[in-house]
This record gives sequence, C-alpha cells and structure tokens, in this order.
Amino acid sequence: MGFEGIGASVRRREDVRFLSGKGNYTDDINRPGQLYAFIVRADRPHARIDGIDTAEAEKAPGVVRVFTGADMAAENLGGLPCGWQIHNQDGSPMAEPPHPVLAVGKVRHVGDPVAVVIAETRQEAKNAAELIEIRYTDLPAVASLTDAVAAGAPEVHDGVAGNICYDWVIGDKATVDAVFAKADRVVKLELTNNRLIPNAMEPRAAIGDFDTSSGDFTLYTTSQNPHVIRLLMGAFVLHIPENKLRVVAPDVGGGFGSKIYHYAEEAIVTWAAGKVRRPVKWTAERSESFMSDAHGRDHVSTAEMALDKEGHFLGLRITTLANMGAYLSTFAPCVPTYLYATLLAGVYKTPVIYCNVKAVFTNTVPVDAYRGAGRPEATYLLERLVDVIAHDTGIDKVELRRKNFIPADAFPYQTPVALQYDSGDYQTTLKVALANADWNGFEARRAEAKARGKLRGIGISTYLEACGIAPSAVVGSLGARAGLYEVANIRVHPTGSVTVFTGTHSHGQGHETTLAQLVVDQLGVPLSQVEVVHGDTAKIPFGMGTYGSRSLAVGGSAMVKAMDKIIAKGKKIAAHLMEASVQDIEFKDGSFRVAGTDKAKALHEISLAAYVPHNYPIEELEPGLDETAFYDPKNFTFPGGCHIAEVEIDPETGVVEMVNFTAVDDVGRVVNPMIVEGQVQGGVAQGIGQALLESALYDPHGQLLSGSYMDYTMPRANDIPAMSVATENTMCTHNPLGSKGCGEVGAIGSPPAVINAVVDALKDHGVRHLDMPATAPKLWSIIQAAQPRLAAE
Amino acid sequence: MPQVTLTVNGRQHTVDVEGRTLLVELLREKLGLTGTHVGCDTSQCGACVVHVNGESVKSCTMLALQADGDSVTTIEGLAAADGTLHPMQEMFREHHALQCGFCTPGMVMTAIDLVNAHPSGLTEKEIREGLEGNLCRCTGYHNIVKAIAAAHPLMHAKAAE
Repeated sequence: MGFEGIGASVRRREDVRFLSGKGNYTDDINRPGQLYAFIVRADRPHARIDGIDTAEAEKAPGVVRVFTGADMAAENLGGLPCGWQIHNQDGSPMAEPPHPVLAVGKVRHVGDPVAVVIAETRQEAKNAAELIEIRYTDLPAVASLTDAVAAGAPEVHDGVAGNICYDWVIGDKATVDAVFAKADRVVKLELTNNRLIPNAMEPRAAIGDFDTSSGDFTLYTTSQNPHVIRLLMGAFVLHIPENKLRVVAPDVGGGFGSKIYHYAEEAIVTWAAGKVRRPVKWTAERSESFMSDAHGRDHVSTAEMALDKEGHFLGLRITTLANMGAYLSTFAPCVPTYLYATLLAGVYKTPVIYCNVKAVFTNTVPVDAYRGAGRPEATYLLERLVDVIAHDTGIDKVELRRKNFIPADAFPYQTPVALQYDSGDYQTTLKVALANADWNGFEARRAEAKARGKLRGIGISTYLEACGIAPSAVVGSLGARAGLYEVANIRVHPTGSVTVFTGTHSHGQGHETTLAQLVVDQLGVPLSQVEVVHGDTAKIPFGMGTYGSRSLAVGGSAMVKAMDKIIAKGKKIAAHLMEASVQDIEFKDGSFRVAGTDKAKALHEISLAAYVPHNYPIEELEPGLDETAFYDPKNFTFPGGCHIAEVEIDPETGVVEMVNFTAVDDVGRVVNPMIVEGQVQGGVAQGIGQALLESALYDPHGQLLSGSYMDYTMPRANDIPAMSVATENTMCTHNPLGSKGCGEVGAIGSPPAVINAVVDALKDHGVRHLDMPATAPKLWSIIQAAQPRLAAE
Repeated sequence: MPQVTLTVNGRQHTVDVEGRTLLVELLREKLGLTGTHVGCDTSQCGACVVHVNGESVKSCTMLALQADGDSVTTIEGLAAADGTLHPMQEMFREHHALQCGFCTPGMVMTAIDLVNAHPSGLTEKEIREGLEGNLCRCTGYHNIVKAIAAAHPLMHAKAAE
C-alpha cells in the first residue's frame, strides 16, 4: 500500500466499473412490469391550447393510459417550485408565475410538455403519441432579451408586465454615478454572454415505481441531488411525505448543473406509476434534451469602468438583462444576482460597484445554472472590459491587471458587493502562468506564425469565483428557500472497515476515491477498507447534493466533523480499555495511544469493543461507532487564478486553432492532484466550447434552431489543445480542509482568455470586441471587411 | 417477428426482433448488455460504439437484422475472464481518461479500433482526428489522448507476442 491520503493521485476506484460496462445509470435500470412514457411536447413557442383529443391514442396497441395537464390539475397537484426568491429594487417580490408539470391553457416554449402516453413498450408509446391531436391558437412569441423588453412585446405570462421577472440592484447608484462624474476616463463595453446547452453525455431519465402493497414510491432519476428532489417533488408537487418517497440517483453521466433541478418528467413518472400501479420509465432522446434540459448563460450587458489617469479602477457600473426562459427553473433567479453581481469585484480593488439586473421571461427553455453559473458571466464581462481598457488607454494588459489586484496581504478582503474573500494570491498565479505560457516569448511566435500566413494572438484572464456554497443564514437572507449545509455519516464497522454515507453526489467527480482519501488521512484506515455511498435517500441521512464546486469544501468538511466525533468517542472507549484518563489519549495513524507510554489500541480494536461491549463504559457511552455531522459553511470559498490562451487564425477561412492553453489555479488544499487536473481540463474544454463553438440559437419567433448535435457545435477532440494545468494554492481559512473547490474554475476562467486571444490576433484588423462564439464565418467576415483598409496601409 | 442470430462477446444468441430494432436496442434491451450507451439520436456522439467483426461501428446506426451472422464485441467483452483489463481499459484508468463514464465504453471501443488500424504508430493529431466521432463532455479529451497514446505500444507488443 503506497501513500493513499490527502495529496495522493490515487487512481479512481469507480473506473473499473465504468470501463467494464458495469456502470448503473438510470436507463440501465429496469423494474418488473415496467411501462414506458413518451412525452408529447409543444412544437411551437407560444400558443393557447384549445383542445387535446387523446381518444385515438388511448385505443392504440399497447397503450395503458394517456394523461394531460387537465388530469394533473384535477388532483390539485402543485406546479414545479422555484427555490430562490429575489426582490425588486422597490422591495416587492419577483414575479413567480405558475409552472405546471404538464401545460395547462397555454404552451410557452418549444418542448413544453403537453401530454404523456404510457404504454407497454417505448415504440408503442411513441406511435400512440402521433395519434394525439392538439388544437392550438398560435400567439406571438419572443425569444431574445432585447425583443422581450421592447415596448409592446408579447407577454409570456399574463400579468407579468414587460416580461420582467425582477428588477434588482446591488450597490448605490448615486455614489457610483458621482465617481464616474469625476473620473479622468470612462471605458464602456457592450457584450453578450451566449446561451449554452449543458449537454451532459447521459440524457436525463427517470423511473417511477410504486409498491402496491406499502404505497411507497421510488423515483430513480438522473440527479445531482436526490434529497432536494425528494423535498421539492414530495412536498410541493405530488404531496408525498418523505417516509413514503425514496429517490435514487445511481450512476449519473455528467451534470454540469443541468441535473440539479426538479424537472417535470420526474413528477410525471412518479405520479403516473401510482395511477397505473406499475413502474413507468422515461428516457430523453437527445432532441428532447435540447428542448427540455435547463439552458445556461444568455445575458446582454453594458459595462462601464471609471478610471484615473494611471489606469486605476475607480468604479464599475453595469446593467444586465438575463434570460430566464419561459418559466423559473429551480435556482434560476439566484444565478444572475447572487452568483453574478456579487462577483463583479473579481480580483480587483474597485472601490465602488453598481449593478442593475433585469431578469426577463421569453418563450424559450428555462435557463438556470450551468457550470460556473453567474461567475462565468461576471468573469467574462470583467476580463473583456479590462482588455478593452488596455486597448483604449494603451496600458499594457498585464500591468493594468497587476496594478489593480487586491494585494496578497489584504485578506480577509471586503468587496463592495457583499462578499468577503478569505484568501488568495493573484500576483503569484499570474506570475506562474506567464512563465508557464512563455508570455515573453510570444511576439516571436506571432512573427513566426505571420511568416506562415497565420494570425496569432494571446489572451489572458485573471479571475476569481465563489463556491463551496453556502452559509445557510446568509443565503436565506438573500432569498434561498433552502439551507446549503452538507451531511456525512461515518460508520466504522465492528472489524474497523468504514462506510461513508455522503449527501454529495458524484457524477464524474470521483468522490468514491477522494472522499475515501479523507478517511485514510484522518482515521488511518487503508483505502481498501473504505467505501463511499451516495445517491439514495433511503441510505443517506440527508444531503443538499453536488453543484457549485461544494462537495469537498462543504461535504468533505462534514466528513471531517463526523470523523472528529468518531475519534472523540473512540478516545473514551480507549481510555476505558487501557485504564487511562481520556485527556491522556492521543489518536494518530489509526491508533489510540496513552500519551507517553507504549500502550495503544488500534481503531479496529476500539470498534470491536464498541459493537461487542463486554468490557465497555456502558453506563456513560452507547455502543456502536457511527457518527453523523451536518456542516454549515462559514463563508463561500474563493478559488481564482490565471488562464492564458494562445490561438492561430487562418485568414483564408476564419478557423481558429487553439494552439496553447495554460491554467494556473488556486483551489486550496488538493486531495487528489490527478482528479483536480482532470476537472480543470474538462472545465477549460467547456469554456473553449463557449468561446469558439457553442451557441443555443432561436429564430426571432422562438423556434429552437440548434436542436441536435448536427446544429449545436460540441467541442471534439481536435478542437481542444493539450493543456498545461497547474495549481498555486492558498488555503481556505474557514473550513477544516482548507479546500476551495475546482469543478468550475476551468469554465469560468477560460472564455475571456480565449476571446482576448482572438481579439489580440485581430488587433491589426480594427477589432476592439467581438461576441462569443468566435466562429469561422464571423471571423472570416471581419478579416474580409478589413482587407481593403489593411491593403491601403 | 424476424429472427437474428449473432455472436456477442463469444456467445451465440438467436433473438426475435422487429425490423426497426437497432443493434444497440438489441444489446441493451434484449441481451441486457447495458454497458453500450445511447447519448444522441443523430449518430454524432459515439457512446454506442461496439465492434462488429472487429471494426468499430455506431450500434445506433445499424439495424439488429443487419448483424445476422456477425460477431459483436461490446465493452463487457474486453476484459479477460479473470477480470484482467484490456490494455486500453487499463490505460484509461491509469491516465484518468474518464470522469462520468458515460462516453467511456464507446470511447474505448473506438480507441481500440484506431490503435489496431495504425500498427506503426499514432501522432497526437491522428488520435484527436480519430476521435472525431466520439463526444466527451467531462475530460476535455486531454487524458483520453494520453491514454490512447500509452495503450498503443502495449497493444502492439501484445499482438507481437
């Protein structure tokens, strides 16, 4: 046994299962007597439902039942709830229109579920769905933010004036305006953050199961947080108490945020299973995923920075329109507010900041958190703005960043936008990244590329994010309708092996390995004797799940607390067995020792005594060695760092080749370096995808144009470069592990670095800014338009 | 209902299928071989890649009836009977070339065919181009490329034995 504790690149324990085809994903599960659901969805963005005729479908071969919104409404079931309430700047609550599970009265986006066919086979359900006749009256629709807020725009929801869900501010406008009035210079930038579709490779799936003898429901679902789904669906939609509802999220094939939310299909299969008294399975076809998984991003912003003569940032003023889609997804309202505007200080000591966010309903798929969630939008805006300031003022872009950084000795640092950063060292991550990317050698590479007829550019992004979410009281005061602690149960078995029951959920992160490494480190148990269990409400005490890079910082901290309790109890048992005082017992490397003596008992001897309590302090201590802890974080954690992208553009085609990518991130304590590198690489690839390739497009009337992998450009292996990934860590000061989180940094830091590189490559072509994605046709047009001017010079 | 007879991972099966049944549906639903995944409906993602008579095929793009008389290998058929992993599986594990695991079976099956087809060696660029038909959303491909490069000499050394 080599070193297996914190800091070891232990190979993943889940891999043999996945590499052998033994993974157990939701669609791999089949229940006896199982039926199949096929969901009929709106093929139009906005329409009144005048009637639904299901008679022919109900007579079709294999069909068991057909349900519509009227059937659910007849049982007074709830709509899909929203977990976060934002208040308008006048103090009134946001508009929160109903979100029926199956559409009632109107459909509001392409993909809105209208009816469900339950049949013996998938094909029979699908065939019968063709026989359902829905009579619609089409209504005018809006898809884009600017169209939705225009005067006289069609209303997505009756009574939601101007399609405004909320009009929210942070910061004092008068103070910021006064700074701008006195500034030497103001630099302004208008930009969009393109709408993305998360595209976890496993399409969503759900199986509802109903035990006809006990009346218990079980939902198997592709979820990042099964307890949250049990709470939301049980309490708000189907009115099933927790003791009668089990939610299992088995192996889940990627999430990136899109599998946090409570979706209609989960409620449909669970409810339908009770109605037909048989299991009901639904698996999304990819084309359904495109029109029903929550999308991400979709902002339009105007940003202005007030500067002094030397280029110091004096004040930041921002207005943002954020697309909510047709309904409020579970956490949607918090993304463009508390996960976005509170990050607008970034790594800079900008003294005053004002941001106004208007969240807008449109006839599009709901938008919610996607890898990074608000923080990529804030980072993209800031890091583009900083580069544009460098462009407009002529100040070197690295020097401009350096002179505005929050210094390493300023922590804890209170920003003007609510957050207090605990630790960081932005000069160091910058310095190391510049060295790793050979920043100083770039101009030679540019010249060499020019000789080959290529336009080479380099771009930098120095970023910060907030994760490890989140202190419950703080988020509660900001509108969260949930606590955001995490739960761990540590069970030391009689012979000393250990099972960890965690409320976090692994869908690619490797928790079965990293969380076990925490046990190796703290309890001194070999990795082979530790098992990690997650994803089942019947096994885990409770949990808030995995998102916002929280599993280690919050879930791992809960484990540390539970293991502290194990050790504290173990010391009492050890004191009894070795006839010593509890104060004299030390625990180290898996053994309880009497300090200053050679008397010792191994953990497995203590656990055996705990479960076979013959010689045991039974009057003072319960038998068993099994402890649970809830850990509520004291603050967010603040990973940050520096990303540098280098690109070459072929002027003949406009195609961008990513030639180098360098990331140096500060993620706090690293448990498994191999896994951290993998998380960063994956995040960077998604960021490159956003910057160069991906875009969820609607036509002006709300038809989804990018509805398949033929139309939505996913990054493939030859779109992504080999990457240089490193960490330069400062420790989180307020959690017991010092860990900050690494799941989202790649997707947050990289998009502005890539676009800054593209703009740099085109600096002779008169480009100050361009919006993502930097596709070949877009760049080719820019290059072509500049040719006559360049030729004349 | 028509019948198809095929060999899957060394075992012969005769199965009743509808004319429209896809090979992947046969594998997953009739034979219970759920290691082969379905990630899209446009033959773009490659999660369903298996070997048919030794060559990689997207099993969502082939009718079950077309496989009559064929020999099919799925991800479940790669490891030795004693559980020893195929060198490609082992290198994916060694180089952390998988995260959620969903694209992994198709990725491994494609990678094996790619390496088999290039006995004299593969450049990084050739590996990346060879993965054109397989999407991964987790890894950024970096470690997949490394794993395939590392498996190449192992597989060809083994073949030379």
